[in-house]
Amino acid sequence: MTIEIPKEKWPGAVREVTLGAVDGGGTRTSTVTVGGQGSLPFLHFEAGMPNRPAVAVEVVDMRPEDWSPELKDAWGDLLGDPAAWAAKAVELGADLIALKLRSCHPDQGDCGPEAAVAVVKGVLAAVGVPLIVYGPGTADKDNEVLVAVAEATKGERIALANCDEKNYRTIVAAALGNGHLVIAQTPIDVNLAKQLNILISDMGLPLDRVLVDPTTGALGYGLEYTYSVMERLRLAALMGDAMTQQPMICTVGEEAWRQKESRAPTGVPDDWGDFGVRSVLWETTTAATLTQAGADIVVLRHPRSVAAVKRAIAGLMDQAVEAGTVTAVSAS
Amino acid sequence: MALSGLEIYKQLPKTNCKECGFPTCLAFAMKLAQKGTELSKCPYVTDETRAALDSAAAPPIRLVSIGVGDRAVAVGNETVLFRHERMFVHPPALMVRVADDADDLTEKARLAGGYSVERVGIVLTLGGVVVENHSGDATVFLKAVETVRAEAPGTPIVLMSADPTAVEAALGVVGAERPLIHAATASNWEAFAALAKQHSCPLTIRAESIEGLAELSAQVTGAGVEDIVLDPSPTGIGGSLALFTQLRRLALKKNCRPLGYPIIAFTGAESPEEEAIASALAIAKYAGVIVLDHADPALFYTLLTLRQNMYTDPQKPIQVEPKLYTVGTPGPDSPLLITTNFSLTYFSVSGEVESSGKPCWLLVADADGLSVLTSWAAGKFDALTIAKTVKESGLENELNHRKLVIPGHVASLSGEVEEELAGWQILVGPRDAVEIPSYLKTVWSAA
Repeated sequence: MTIEIPKEKWPGAVREVTLGAVDGGGTRTSTVTVGGQGSLPFLHFEAGMPNRPAVAVEVVDMRPEDWSPELKDAWGDLLGDPAAWAAKAVELGADLIALKLRSCHPDQGDCGPEAAVAVVKGVLAAVGVPLIVYGPGTADKDNEVLVAVAEATKGERIALANCDEKNYRTIVAAALGNGHLVIAQTPIDVNLAKQLNILISDMGLPLDRVLVDPTTGALGYGLEYTYSVMERLRLAALMGDAMTQQPMICTVGEEAWRQKESRAPTGVPDDWGDFGVRSVLWETTTAATLTQAGADIVVLRHPRSVAAVKRAIAGLMDQAVEAGTVTAVSAS
Repeated sequence: MALSGLEIYKQLPKTNCKECGFPTCLAFAMKLAQKGTELSKCPYVTDETRAALDSAAAPPIRLVSIGVGDRAVAVGNETVLFRHERMFVHPPALMVRVADDADDLTEKARLAGGYSVERVGIVLTLGGVVVENHSGDATVFLKAVETVRAEAPGTPIVLMSADPTAVEAALGVVGAERPLIHAATASNWEAFAALAKQHSCPLTIRAESIEGLAELSAQVTGAGVEDIVLDPSPTGIGGSLALFTQLRRLALKKNCRPLGYPIIAFTGAESPEEEAIASALAIAKYAGVIVLDHADPALFYTLLTLRQNMYTDPQKPIQVEPKLYTVGTPGPDSPLLITTNFSLTYFSVSGEVESSGKPCWLLVADADGLSVLTSWAAGKFDALTIAKTVKESGLENELNHRKLVIPGHVASLSGEVEEELAGWQILVGPRDAVEIPSYLKTVWSAA
């Protein structure tokens, strides 16, 4: 019996985006390129996937006292030292460091742009991988801090985050003038994501310097919304819609570790299982599921998640396993 | 794929004899296409046409049930590749594999059979126990099946053995309970097909290529087996994703009958993280039965939650009734909180309020079943909606205070709500439900 495997021939493809620079102002020892695929995730029997999804590890510039006890145990004293924390993360497999400038938040110390620049430079010196830099998450402070960081690190091809409909003019201008990238964030909506890409593109920033953050819902807390919006964005990209062809980034760690399942060691039903196992699974499972919807970068927090997600991506990228001609036996 | 009226018409006698009760063959065909009448009403339809039309009317992926009674699971009958196209309908059964000669057989069977967990008001359980003839001994297998039957009463069973004699003996015990047999292969399918037919059980077929599966499928179908589960025996998660995708596409897009059956995935791995990842991929991409090796409640809860997420109707979120709820026995001085009628939002908020130990009034607004942030973005949870919900609740007569706690995510609405609700003080609560207990202890008490 001969069976023809149905293959999709898509007219479009995802744009390739490179983070980090080794020359021309950049001091990275390596860069990370994501995107470029002309088929749905990991379907190597079609157009394939030239770049594997990357794993970023989240590092905070101050000790995050409100983090889950499981995370505090995992990182220990490194939590107060962003440069050492980042170096350890790279040792554990991080392709990128996602540095959050939390201490600049008005409620968290209200540090100024000079302090922020010093932290970023410290992390740049400690690791050779590319950086994503997140502002503290309040509009005024984000603008102030991210502009200063962009100017002080000209040419590094850092991804500046977040760039949303309110602050995009400032952030895009900072990226444009200093050779950086932006992460365009919109709230779980295909059209809003497209629209922000258009606005950014209209300002003259080439789209190979734009990553899209479609807003992540954690497992059990809106994951399915993110999943379907990402799947629709990716299908639109493959159909050839130029304003949806950006690689996508998901802040999995931040969302997965916010939930009761990953924060409460006690006072929850016994059926939820062991806290140490469950809390990490919450992050790992959210990340794995979103790579199926088209995530090109996942930002994670726990070392065990990093290891498991990296191994899974390696397995999914293994093209030696030719579909339909496999030989091993599942049941043994 | 269902046929259109015109396609059916082409197969009819076209004599317009009216004996079916319709004025013309075309009218009859149109009604058939809408499933408003039966093909048997036409006395002149040939057997060949009947077979062709029956097969065209069947769903592209057959619905296969495993087990009997309340705990029976039904998988398959999916109609889309992407959940946003319509929805995924029959959630995959999560099963736990036990080896017939393992020391922890009893313990694992009991855990898998008895496990249940509630999420957003819905009770979730596992789909069965897979008994593996690991010993290779028919007597040990039989004893293990008996143990599982006793320790996990009512739970569907998969009989997993390469030895038809061992399966036959086990069917003597559980043959009436529609166990799934795993697996018929090119070398032993005749014996397994005969057993499946004799006991009316679903049968797994296993081959190492898609062609091999299709051939085997035709063979066991020819031997009278109707309910089939496919095991394409993939290597690694990459191979598994590719094969499952190809099988789903062949069934839905090519209407490939021999492959129009649910798929079984074995996702066992060394660590729970890797097992969770392999299972997550199988839930998202097309498995009907997922076999786990770790019998770990943390893994069960994680995967059952993911399955619930992925199999929710994308057009219709799980909702609760918008109305005034009470947590504990609130009085005229108790706090008043408002949120939306998305089921998850409601259960998160009410759970946290309850754990705070403080009786509260919890007002749930009609926000089309969306979460706070989503409904706010969609204009379904604005100042007017909040004000209207408060006014219609009649709480103004119940309370000594005029303080309303709104979710932190809609802090920007507080001014507008104050304008709409004259005399009320609007307090901004936390963004995350998990912060509610400390909010009630500190901020509310001081307010």
